[in-house]
Amino acid sequence: MTTPDKQTNTTNRRNFLGQSAALAAGITLAPGVTLYGVAQAKAPEDAVTAKVRWGMLIDANRCADGCNDCVSACNSENGLKGHGRPETDAQWIRKVNLRDPNTGAKQSLPVLCQHCSEPPCVDVCPTGASFKRKDGIVLVDKHICIGCRYCMMACPYKARSFIHETVTDQKPHAPRGKGTVESCTFCVHRVDAGGQPACVEACSKTSAALTFGDMNDPKSNISKALAEYPSSRIRADLGTDPGVRYRGL
Amino acid sequence: MRWMRTLLANGTTAQAALLVALFAAGLALGLTVQTAEAAENSRVYVPKPPKGKGDKCMEDTKFMRANHMNLLKHQRDETMHNGIRTKKHSLKECVACHTVPGNDGQAVSYEDPKNFCRQCHDYAAVKLDCFECHASKPPKGQAKIHPNAKNAYRVSGGLPQ
Repeated sequence: MTTPDKQTNTTNRRNFLGQSAALAAGITLAPGVTLYGVAQAKAPEDAVTAKVRWGMLIDANRCADGCNDCVSACNSENGLKGHGRPETDAQWIRKVNLRDPNTGAKQSLPVLCQHCSEPPCVDVCPTGASFKRKDGIVLVDKHICIGCRYCMMACPYKARSFIHETVTDQKPHAPRGKGTVESCTFCVHRVDAGGQPACVEACSKTSAALTFGDMNDPKSNISKALAEYPSSRIRADLGTDPGVRYRGL
Repeated sequence: MRWMRTLLANGTTAQAALLVALFAAGLALGLTVQTAEAAENSRVYVPKPPKGKGDKCMEDTKFMRANHMNLLKHQRDETMHNGIRTKKHSLKECVACHTVPGNDGQAVSYEDPKNFCRQCHDYAAVKLDCFECHASKPPKGQAKIHPNAKNAYRVSGGLPQ
């Protein structure tokens, strides 16, 4: 057996350091494709903690007018079906078109549950059905929701829907039933498994206007983007501190 | 019993004793068969839910019969509020394992009386609330049905209407 020379040792060490750096930044699936956020995935038996705060950054400049990919991805992921009644059909994410009356400039952007850190819907809920998870995701516990719709009135973002019709063929990960209120869950079943919401995934294939991640982790893409450019909260004056931020609004 | 008396008069004591024993045995056998048939063809509906696709349940059958609702309720709160998504005691896993094929070979939903949960809930007249919101069958193409499940479904005296 030969003793490895000094040169070989140095190369190995260099390779090792290089690989470690790659692991720290994320896992490279293929050249140019890197999977970030693996470190955030929790084990199924672990409870969520307040160390994480999930958030979404929406770049209104990138959001294309007429593109509805986020909405259709949400509908198919969560099994939302319309009844041809837009006033009452469930809507977890919607596209809003804005126009500045002075300049005529137009903008198109999605609005969804803002996952506030001070959610008014939770404040008003008489049964405790509307609640905020420790990681900042605001949900409706439909087991105890009595369908009073007080939360719908309290929400300044018009983010919640009431289910008027009997629902059949629900998705196993998205239970929905008549007589309860519902809203965007940030695709909590995906997030708990270390994934991204369906709208973010769909948008990444086209305009990449949506960024999702942990706002408490300074290394996450969303934290870096929020630190680099100015962003705004809708109705920041209300002090709800939304987890959904907008850029270019 | 005249025939027995005649036999007793004509035959020896040993022969007679043998005959009586045979008669008693036959009577007992007849009764057993009759009891089994009575249960099988009774006009009373007896639920016999089919086996799941796995080898055995997470807990034993007796425990599950008495406590499944408590397990599910506990798990639902853990999942909803704490994001704990372990598979043991999860309704999704119950549904995935306890699939019953319908006439088309596909898993039936809870609207069909063949549904695993409904068989006992119908019998006990207990409302089945879970599936007003939750999916009562695995997504299309993902249902795995235990080979025994097909014939395990039995209705005695017809289903309650």
